[in-house]
Amino acid sequence: MNQPPLVALVGNPNAGKSALFNALTGARQKVGNYPGVTVERHSGRMALPDGRPIELVDLPGTYSLDPSSPDEAVTRDVVTGSQAGERLPAAIIVVVDASNLDNHLRFALQLIGLGRPVVVALNMIDLARRDGLEIDAGRLSAALGVPVVETVAVRKRGIDELKAAVAALVGDGAAPAGTAQPPVPADIVALQRRARAISAEATLSESTGRRISHRIDKVTLHPVLGPIILAVLMFVMFQAVFAWSETPIGWIEDGMQWLAEATTATLPEGFIRSLLVEGVIAGVGAVVAFLPQILILFFFILLLEASGYMVRAAFLMDRLMARVGLSGRAFIPLLSSFACAVPGIMATRTIEDPKDRLTTILIAPLMTCSARLPVYTLIIAAFIPNRAVGPGIGLQGLVLFILYIAGIIGALVVALILRSTVTKGGGGGFLMEMPKYQWPRLRDVLIGLWQRAMIFLKRAGSIIAVTTVILWLLASFPVAPGGEKQSEYSFAGRIATGIETVVSPIGFNHEISMALLPAMAAREVAVAAIATVYAIDAGDEAQMTMALEDRLQGKWSLPTALAFLAWFIFAPQCISTIAVTRRETNGWKWPLFMVSYLFVVAYLAAGATYWTATALGL
Amino acid sequence: MSASSSPLRLDELPLRRAAHILSIDWGRLAASEARRLRELGFDEGVRIEALHRGGLFSRDPIAIRVGRMTVAIRRAVAAAVSVNPAP
Repeated sequence: MNQPPLVALVGNPNAGKSALFNALTGARQKVGNYPGVTVERHSGRMALPDGRPIELVDLPGTYSLDPSSPDEAVTRDVVTGSQAGERLPAAIIVVVDASNLDNHLRFALQLIGLGRPVVVALNMIDLARRDGLEIDAGRLSAALGVPVVETVAVRKRGIDELKAAVAALVGDGAAPAGTAQPPVPADIVALQRRARAISAEATLSESTGRRISHRIDKVTLHPVLGPIILAVLMFVMFQAVFAWSETPIGWIEDGMQWLAEATTATLPEGFIRSLLVEGVIAGVGAVVAFLPQILILFFFILLLEASGYMVRAAFLMDRLMARVGLSGRAFIPLLSSFACAVPGIMATRTIEDPKDRLTTILIAPLMTCSARLPVYTLIIAAFIPNRAVGPGIGLQGLVLFILYIAGIIGALVVALILRSTVTKGGGGGFLMEMPKYQWPRLRDVLIGLWQRAMIFLKRAGSIIAVTTVILWLLASFPVAPGGEKQSEYSFAGRIATGIETVVSPIGFNHEISMALLPAMAAREVAVAAIATVYAIDAGDEAQMTMALEDRLQGKWSLPTALAFLAWFIFAPQCISTIAVTRRETNGWKWPLFMVSYLFVVAYLAAGATYWTATALGL
Repeated sequence: MSASSSPLRLDELPLRRAAHILSIDWGRLAASEARRLRELGFDEGVRIEALHRGGLFSRDPIAIRVGRMTVAIRRAVAAAVSVNPAP
């Protein structure tokens, strides 16, 4: 008991709500889940001017109280007090974009109409002034009948005033007195007209000067320049993932090696030491080493989202997507899937058409997720020479780029086939607000990045560590008698021999067969699995200290390595992806379909690569 | 230019030509599309302007300025909106 009062932060998408949430709570945030629905609950602690604590909850951005998605339904249910597991908010902060009052006030009016204590945060007031808008907060407050505070969340202006207004609303924690509210029209068109009237009344002056966003759009949405800029941005992003991560990966690997040596020196020779050094440290270390790359990728995605460019990318991609029966809206979930298919599939909820959405879910796993990056990185580092093929373009980066493109083209082809067969019908629309451009705030990006890093490390720390250890046990027992190879003789070796009969036609060897099964738990485990297998076989110290890619070079042929890369473009999904697909499609039918088609495509792609490469004499 | 004040469909409106929404044929739109359009501020009398088109080879989608917002819509939806260009 004795929970602090709950205050809800509500507003339209693009009202600057998350930046305001960060400004109000700082880094003291928690990301959880609402029970029964796959909607994230973002909450944080905030101190009122008198020191009392408040729990602030950041609700999903919504256009109205009439929900069209699970996210929007959560927003409605929380503010009306009908969300299971959530107490009724003591007050509501409605965030409106000062330069878009016409539209945002409509939702504000709906929320005020609920009769709960409300304060309106007139956010991004600086951008409104930049665009030549002069707004009278006093008049707005009088017209709405609730307090209005001017804020600039990204510059932390108006934050103390907003906290003071919340303190006054929450009062001493007793049931808040309902204020007399003017009746709110139920009809959306009537509400909209009322909002426009209030907006006109509160706007003192309005210049018609061209806005900065429009000037930027002239370049970024230009029919020729726009797509070129998008392609260059994507290319720079993927080159950076490779180039910037080299140094920090080196640090992590050095740290892990130091840890392994220290453990070897401290513990007596035996089962525990072997388990820790060859199982846990080698396995988890191999995965954690890829954290820099994952963070760089997320860094770019967060920047593109925060700056407002992401929706422009969706706009530019709509034509292409329409050709395979999807909409530009699918671009954002698909781009998120480059980081991880799980948030990507969850982001498909913004697609209203059910068949569009299902198709997007089914092709999301074809986007190269960050978990596949470790696999690509390892194989590329081992088999593709590190030389320049042009100014600023390395061969390794180019191969990586080709792998990503192959995934994208595969996804488009699959979408086209699905849209004319299993997900036929339904007219995919594209209707989307394009927010103003904004300079992304490093702090907001870093908070987002921190949350991703934690989620990844928890995964590395749990699923991946457990799978690695189980694999180590299977690969270490029973102990091979003299003359036998441990990786052939062990339990894992025997299971892998079974798998090998299926995959040897496409060039996969024994170690790959052994890595395929745990890769289902999480893709990056394939690297850890290969590391574990070779660590066990290595035996002598000289081999142990060799980098994994150096050890691979002598053992795999180039066609095998290329086939392995091709397999991973389409590889059947990790368990988390299958689970989220089941949850999002309400059943086993679609996840099973997804896994089967991916398996077939991966097998054929790897086979074609292997046979072609062998025929070419590579 | 006597034709300048005759109504046009939004998908035919030249780029950067100010106009006002004359009427919207809600019946032509799917229920979810109609609702989203209303939520994005499409209404009779609202100031509107076509800003950008999708690209070289296709005129889809269109970026529309409606009120103070910029919205991306496809031509099929835009065709349900009839506008009155400013003279």
